[in-house]
Amino acid sequence: MSVVQSVDSMALLPAYLAAGTAVLVLIVDLVLARPRATVAVAAFGALGTAVGAAVVGAGGERRTFCVGADCSWVFGGRAALVAAVVALLTLGVLGLSVPALRAGRSPVGEYAFLLACSMTGGVVLGAAGDLITLIVALETLTLPLYVLVGLRRGSLASAEAAVTFFVTSVVATTVTLLGAALLYAVTGSLHLDRLGALLAERPELRDLPLTTAAVALLLLGLAFKVAAVPFHAWAPATYDGAPLPVAAYLSTASKLGGLVALLAVVQRALPADQTGPVLALLAVLTMTVGNLVALRQRRTVRLLAWSSVAQAGYILAPLGALALAAGRTGEARSAAYAAAVAYAVFFVVLELAAFAGVTALRPVGADGGTLDDLRGAARRHPWRGAALGLALVGLAGLPPGLAGLFAKVTVVRSLLDGGAAWLALVVALNAVIGLAYYLRVTAALWAPTTAPGAAAPAVPVRGVVAAVLAVATVAAVVLGFAPQLVLDLAAR
Amino acid sequence: MTLGQVLLVAVLVVPALGAVAVAATPRDRAARIVGTVAAALTLLAAVPLVFGGRGWFAWSAGTPAVRPWHQVDLPWVPGLALRFHLGVDGISWPLVVLTALLTLLCCAYTVWRVPGGGNGRALVALLLVVEVGILGTFLALDLVLFFLFFEVVLLPMYAIIAGWGGADRRRAARKFALYTLFGSVLLLVGVYVVVAAAGTADVVALTGGGGLSRGTQLAAFTLLALAFAVKSPLWPLHSWLPDAHTQAPTVGSVVLAGVLLKMGTYGLIRVAVGVAPEGARWAAPVLGVLAVAAILVGSLVCLAQSEVKRLIAYSSVGHMGFVLLGVATLTATGIQAALIGNVAHGVITGLLFFLAGAVKDRTGTGTLAELSGLRETAPRLAGLLAFGAIASLGLPGLAGFWGEAFAVVAAIQVGGPLWTTLGVLAAVGGALTAAYFLRLLRQVTHGRPSPAVSPVGAGLAGAELTAWAPLVLLALAIGLVPALVLGVAEAPVDALIGVVSR
Repeated sequence: MSVVQSVDSMALLPAYLAAGTAVLVLIVDLVLARPRATVAVAAFGALGTAVGAAVVGAGGERRTFCVGADCSWVFGGRAALVAAVVALLTLGVLGLSVPALRAGRSPVGEYAFLLACSMTGGVVLGAAGDLITLIVALETLTLPLYVLVGLRRGSLASAEAAVTFFVTSVVATTVTLLGAALLYAVTGSLHLDRLGALLAERPELRDLPLTTAAVALLLLGLAFKVAAVPFHAWAPATYDGAPLPVAAYLSTASKLGGLVALLAVVQRALPADQTGPVLALLAVLTMTVGNLVALRQRRTVRLLAWSSVAQAGYILAPLGALALAAGRTGEARSAAYAAAVAYAVFFVVLELAAFAGVTALRPVGADGGTLDDLRGAARRHPWRGAALGLALVGLAGLPPGLAGLFAKVTVVRSLLDGGAAWLALVVALNAVIGLAYYLRVTAALWAPTTAPGAAAPAVPVRGVVAAVLAVATVAAVVLGFAPQLVLDLAAR
Repeated sequence: MTLGQVLLVAVLVVPALGAVAVAATPRDRAARIVGTVAAALTLLAAVPLVFGGRGWFAWSAGTPAVRPWHQVDLPWVPGLALRFHLGVDGISWPLVVLTALLTLLCCAYTVWRVPGGGNGRALVALLLVVEVGILGTFLALDLVLFFLFFEVVLLPMYAIIAGWGGADRRRAARKFALYTLFGSVLLLVGVYVVVAAAGTADVVALTGGGGLSRGTQLAAFTLLALAFAVKSPLWPLHSWLPDAHTQAPTVGSVVLAGVLLKMGTYGLIRVAVGVAPEGARWAAPVLGVLAVAAILVGSLVCLAQSEVKRLIAYSSVGHMGFVLLGVATLTATGIQAALIGNVAHGVITGLLFFLAGAVKDRTGTGTLAELSGLRETAPRLAGLLAFGAIASLGLPGLAGFWGEAFAVVAAIQVGGPLWTTLGVLAAVGGALTAAYFLRLLRQVTHGRPSPAVSPVGAGLAGAELTAWAPLVLLALAIGLVPALVLGVAEAPVDALIGVVSR
């Protein structure tokens, strides 16, 4: 047996591009020391990564780093989708950061480098075929964020947020690793597909208490990353303390990463009859608690943070259908996974648009402020206000935010196809609670300002932020009229 | 594409483009006129839909129960079983025309007077968007598309109430949005319960039960009926309605009462009863009891009301009770009564809200105790109000009569102790309706002019007459010639009853 593996570099191209971007950013920052060049390199790198992922993904599934039939790198349709979305989100977040970087709030080179590193983690994540690759990729995604959250100069809230995030996240990773280790102890394997096959073939392994513990630890550790209740407490504090663009990244790319990791282990490795009930419970708790607490928020970013906790619940909901036997047939299962991915894609587009809208309506480098700070903003800035309003309404799942409506419809449909009508009803009723606070923010945007003398000054438009907002809004509108694009990609 | 298909699409596209054009027109008054023109064109496109395509008059077994005169069927999102499937037949056409007419009148009224709170341009644009949603709901022949249009209405209507409404508008608007969304999420679940079981969302294929199991039909009917009961609204899910009506601006109330509520009753007939007939038969007694409770509770509450818009709003609860009673009987007479009751209520209550708005605008108050003697100072306005009230209480010869009378007749025809009792109680409710409308008239038009009423001039603005005249004429016309509605609806209703009572 040859110990030299042949490596399919074409399959690895997106990862090369992403990692190359990070290195190049570092070099350009060192050599040229021109902020503009550094940001440009990062932006082109992110764009290149997205294109590379799309090109490689279009050519069918590619595998490499294989031992026998088990491969550690499986770059298929979903991996390409995840990689492209993460790269584009990175590009968007970079755009949102430009005014703050120009104002010297954060060191440019470090900021761009860390963002590119995080992107690399996200790109690798979708293609991970074994638990170690998966966890390392997830850490590569999150590790730079600890620093990015705290990178706002002279902000105590920022540092506090970073520490909260760091501590909870490290604990979560440890728990995940422990779960992976126990699973290895039981089965002697780390490859996701092999694990799935082993657990399916040998029911006596599934009945071991150790397996149950391992599955639980693995799931709970990953639930931290998507900020599912009861492992959500870090999210609002962290989002609110972080610079706005980083909060945007946390609630989009980072959340997507957590979901992809969760999906990978649930779909390919773990027995559905054990994960299903846990996921159903997590989903119900997450959306209900997230929505109820969001009702009481007065700070914009905290409200968005809690709402994104609730949205994580909707993303997990289709997986909850696995709790029932009817939801575990082959067709219902693949529909549930596709629905979760599709919802996540719709969600990140709308969430990015929402954060871009808030960034565009707030002064450079400011935090999200309170809802009162946004009062009447759409009367002063009709276009930006309308874009933010559209994103919020979309998150609530109502027309004219058709993308959000179709996202909810996708979830409800997959649940009913899987026979989980009760969970569909929970999702539906939660949408009503959700509307209450999304409506409050949206209505505040158009509300007349209370004291005319104390009218907030107009916030000038910054080109890059406006462009990101425009692109995200256009993407949301297009996906609203052609949701089949996402549904097709998610089902691959 | 045939002319009918072009018109069908135009009915939705014209107001949608109109809304965009209104938003893009910089000058406020010009924008309002553009909106009115768009609404007029929509009406022009909606009326001719009645011609052509009606090559059948009797229903026979083996053919689909829904046979639209014109239809458009295009794929949209295959992954969600969503097709862009529109069609019009005798059940939907009267409501389509009513919607187009009321929107036109509201837009024209707004050219003349913009309610305080915001600019008229945005209001007209929102009215047109609401129109798109309502028309789409009536025209959709795909369950998912139906749901989609059902949702389109929600936020624009919220914005109309919250932007141009009375003092307590925010709370009323939020209540409206949350209640209605509660209804429509149940609709979403109900729709996909059907789609998951049947594998299609095509109303034409599904009408008559389409091989759905009894359990599925019961579940689907429960969810759908709840959804439509919130929208209609059926007692005890009606409590959003009085607040929304009282706070909404005049044009908002007119659209809300005139056509928005009809989405609920239309949905009940076309979707809930059509798709899950077995569920409908199972739930009919409950629906009937709730409908009669709505009639009685609505009338009794009206007797105790002291605010004119609130009184008219609660009267809607009673009137929609009659409509729902008609549907609950599941007989051809009952459904016919429901359809004509729907249209008549739209016309008459639309008129009443216009008049109540005019009274409030002139006197600055809506409290009945402060509004005596209107006949002395503004005889024409008082006369029209009397006409509207009498039409609404169901005087024979005016539009309100047919729906109420035949709902009672249908209930008696079904027979049995339950339905006979319901019929009798509904008739008592009809008498109560007369009582509270006469009380309204006595308090508002008779007596000595109150301080609020004294300064009111006798004249009516030309715009007001333009907006009201069509409604007055329609109330008379439908009252004298009910065949205007019943003639086109007869065949589709017979076909529906044919599959439902199998």
